[in-house]
Amino acid sequence: MKLRRAIKDARSEGELFRRRAVAGFVLILLGLAGLIGRYVFLQVERYDEFATRSENNRVKPLPIPPARGLIYDRNGVLLANNVPAFRLEVVPEQVKDMNAMLAQLGRVIPLGQDDLDAFHKQLKQSRRFESVPLKLRLTEDEIDRFAVNRWRFPGVDVVPYLNRRYPFGGLFAHVIGYVSRIDADDLARLDPSRYKGTTHVGRIGIERSYEDVLHGTPGYELVEVNADGRTQRVLQTHPATPGRNVYLSIDVRIQKAAEAAFDGKPGAAVAIDPRNGQVLAMVSVPTYDPNLFVDGISHADYDALTSAPDKPLLNRALRGVYPPGSTVKPYVALGGLELGLRTPQDTVLSTGTFYIPGQSRGYRDDRRGGFGTVNLRTAIMWSVNTYFYKLALDMGIDRFSAWMGKFGFGKPTGIDLDGEASGILPSREWKARRFKQAWYPGETVIAGIGQGYWAVTPLQLAHALATLAGRGTPYAPRLVMATQTGVDQPKIPLANPPSGPSLVTSQGNWQAVEQGMQMVVNDPRGTAYGLGKGFPYTIAGKSGTAERYSRRTDAYNENKSLAYLASRHRAWFEMFAPAEDPRIAVAVVLEEGAWGASSAGPIARKILDAWLATQPDAPPDTPLPPGGLPSVGAPPTAPAPPASSGEDQPAEASTQDTPP
Amino acid sequence: MIELLQVRMRRLLRRVLTRPRIDLPLAAGLLLLSMVGLATLYSAADGSVALVGGQAVRFVLGFALLLLISRIPPSTLRNWTPWLYAGSTLLLVVVAVLGEGRGADRWLNLGVMRFQPSELVKLTMPMMAAWYLHPRQLPPGWKDIAVVGVLIAIPAVLIARQPDLGTALLVAAAGAFALFLSGMAWWRIGLLLGGAGAMVPVVWHLPFIHQYQRERVLTLLNPESDPLGNGWHIIQSQIAVGSGGVFGKGWMHSSQSRLDFLPEHTTDFIFAVFSEEFGLVGVCLMVALYAFIIGRCLWIAMEARDTYSRLLAGAIGMSLFVYVFVNGGMVSGMLPVVGVPMPMVSYGGTSAVTLLTGFGMLMSIHAHRKRHD
Repeated sequence: MKLRRAIKDARSEGELFRRRAVAGFVLILLGLAGLIGRYVFLQVERYDEFATRSENNRVKPLPIPPARGLIYDRNGVLLANNVPAFRLEVVPEQVKDMNAMLAQLGRVIPLGQDDLDAFHKQLKQSRRFESVPLKLRLTEDEIDRFAVNRWRFPGVDVVPYLNRRYPFGGLFAHVIGYVSRIDADDLARLDPSRYKGTTHVGRIGIERSYEDVLHGTPGYELVEVNADGRTQRVLQTHPATPGRNVYLSIDVRIQKAAEAAFDGKPGAAVAIDPRNGQVLAMVSVPTYDPNLFVDGISHADYDALTSAPDKPLLNRALRGVYPPGSTVKPYVALGGLELGLRTPQDTVLSTGTFYIPGQSRGYRDDRRGGFGTVNLRTAIMWSVNTYFYKLALDMGIDRFSAWMGKFGFGKPTGIDLDGEASGILPSREWKARRFKQAWYPGETVIAGIGQGYWAVTPLQLAHALATLAGRGTPYAPRLVMATQTGVDQPKIPLANPPSGPSLVTSQGNWQAVEQGMQMVVNDPRGTAYGLGKGFPYTIAGKSGTAERYSRRTDAYNENKSLAYLASRHRAWFEMFAPAEDPRIAVAVVLEEGAWGASSAGPIARKILDAWLATQPDAPPDTPLPPGGLPSVGAPPTAPAPPASSGEDQPAEASTQDTPP
Repeated sequence: MIELLQVRMRRLLRRVLTRPRIDLPLAAGLLLLSMVGLATLYSAADGSVALVGGQAVRFVLGFALLLLISRIPPSTLRNWTPWLYAGSTLLLVVVAVLGEGRGADRWLNLGVMRFQPSELVKLTMPMMAAWYLHPRQLPPGWKDIAVVGVLIAIPAVLIARQPDLGTALLVAAAGAFALFLSGMAWWRIGLLLGGAGAMVPVVWHLPFIHQYQRERVLTLLNPESDPLGNGWHIIQSQIAVGSGGVFGKGWMHSSQSRLDFLPEHTTDFIFAVFSEEFGLVGVCLMVALYAFIIGRCLWIAMEARDTYSRLLAGAIGMSLFVYVFVNGGMVSGMLPVVGVPMPMVSYGGTSAVTLLTGFGMLMSIHAHRKRHD
């Protein structure tokens, strides 16, 4: 056997180490010699040059933060601007004893605990020679008092700056968002040289997603300083490049009307131009004042916002997910036509209950005894569940979810805002991923009427509706339609090409669905008859009512109290106009609405009225009676009660006889 | 009671003096270095007694730790090594998950104090490399080199991601020096260095190399292009160094830092203040002092009893060179700006305490050296 080589030879190892140590030391000496060579070069060769530069070194560059770009609505109404203000800044390096200085300064200018907390936080994060804001938005009185005492506080100065203001307050909070003071996480994320001297950064909304556009590039000025580091005079100025202005496609008039239409009830509405994906209005009710966040929100205000039961900070349009209910029926109908499973004339007999062949479980219609023989148009008009149960079953879940996915359900719409919710599009893969379970045919049936696993955001529904209204051509929703390098510069439109090919191959198919949706609003038998009254263009629409809780019994609910129903239902309405050549598509959800047509429908109609008033080519005889329209909760012109008209009942059929 | 304590103290003192566990030349070098460091800091901090006092307290703490560590035999250190290495690497992972810091996530908040695990790794890294190589057949083959390479890469990558390239470099160098001293064949070294050189363009594009780190390298080539950022540091630092000339402007007379032109002049750029005040002569003396300390460390290493002690002592000593070379190069505009302090001179507690702890190990190795009979 061979001896293992692993017997260590201590002596030769020691010798090896000795040689290496000597070699290492020689290399180190060479390295240090090289280092000294560099110092010889600087201190001997270039001594004269550097001595002169040091002698003349009284000049310092100071960053000039860029003015943030302004935000306008589509007609140039200012939605976010910059207001001149003054703040107190401290250069930590020039303060001998920070605590003593703050105590003394507190006697001259009152410093709140919030100010001090923010200051100490930022102090830790910044370098000692960089000035740190101590108190923002000084009053004139405070500025005067500081000016008198300034000599006592080396390193402290009053500095002018531009403060962000949102003149419309909460109206655009869920769209524009707000800026707030840069914190530690931002410092790690942002390019430090681009943010020299900048104190605020876009936190959410447009302010965040268009941060790069809005921020601009800082400039600097070369200033001569004295021995205390105080500026003596400015020698040279390299101005900052201000951020670009941004034009939203939203019209402030439609936005206002949409918010007002909710009358404070929690919900959301999104209006999109189907021809290009431009968002015309996007509201989430309730809302909050973004101005509170700009200089750091106080604990009291923040607690009030987070503990409010209506969750004003939640952007319901973007992140609220709700079961869509019957609003999906037009898309399912178009799928049946486009996939060749139905013609518009094919009929189905609605008897009040639908059975999957060979199964005893029943899926209900909204009207006891059913609607009789219906075709595609009347099925949409009456919102006949049986028609869509059968159609979904014939499609099968795979074709169903592939088709509905083309309308953008179950994935972000690609709007130019961060934080969009994806919702849920029921599919075999989704269920396998989420529950690790197989798919049952009964789940396909109820998916056909927007129940079951379904969850969509108001933005998703508006996007799907805009795609449908635009004859199948999908556009990613866009809030920003143009940017501008300065107020007197031309607007540069942002291109938004279609995000895919048209979903509609036959105009006949499209027209059949569109006619069904017209009948919802304009046919006396329609679930939302009356909503189109007095509007110069034809409106097409579809209601939806989804239950918030699972139904526990098989019995039809006999409690018709609107307040009771509102506490149980989520009301949807989607509508577009003009029906033949759609220019606006609106989706509305009301979190506590008794019925889609009577609760959410009037809100959608008010948004259309506001849009109409902004159209230059509106027919001259446009009647716009203020208050003459059906109002939420008290529907004088709204359809008759559901039992008689067959208004779209919440059809949580899925749970009525779930297997034990 | 008190008398008993006095007797014990006296006995300890006698033992320290008669059979010193510490290497007097090394201790003298370190003491001299810390004195020069404090004097330079006093000037750079514009006569701030509070700042210098704080640093002096840390030095005292560091020297106390040095004495304490010097009493732990190298065999005990060796037994602890894998645990210390694993523990410190784990802390790096913890920092990566929930760390906080100014911009860079390097710190672990322990409630009472904030603590930088990467400092710990500067010591546990050479310990681990020495521990691994200790029982192996030396010079090491590819397999052992690869294992040490992985042991180096784990903490180095974690630290580089924080991002703290300077410390990552120091840690990697400490491990690499252990390999070098273990007798790794020159051709293997050449091959690896050549390979590493070829990898530079790849590393440049690695996702965890921050844009600002790339820019630091780029501004080095043309400092005037970035008057607000790093270019400013480099230019001002070079003006400070160059205007010092051969004999310097004299202590407390550095105009560059006095007038606030030199950023970070108490920490990373303090050597620029030193160069401005003491000129080329001062720089040469300072570098000579560092060279003496490094040489003494290697001497202690050569006299050590076993492989572990030799490699550990040698690697710690040679790491000191990286500090001096990188900081000196960065201050003079020869190397990019990475956060490497000038040892015992730059303001900042953790770094000095770590260094002195490392020298404590050297003292222990010295005390347990081979006896020449």
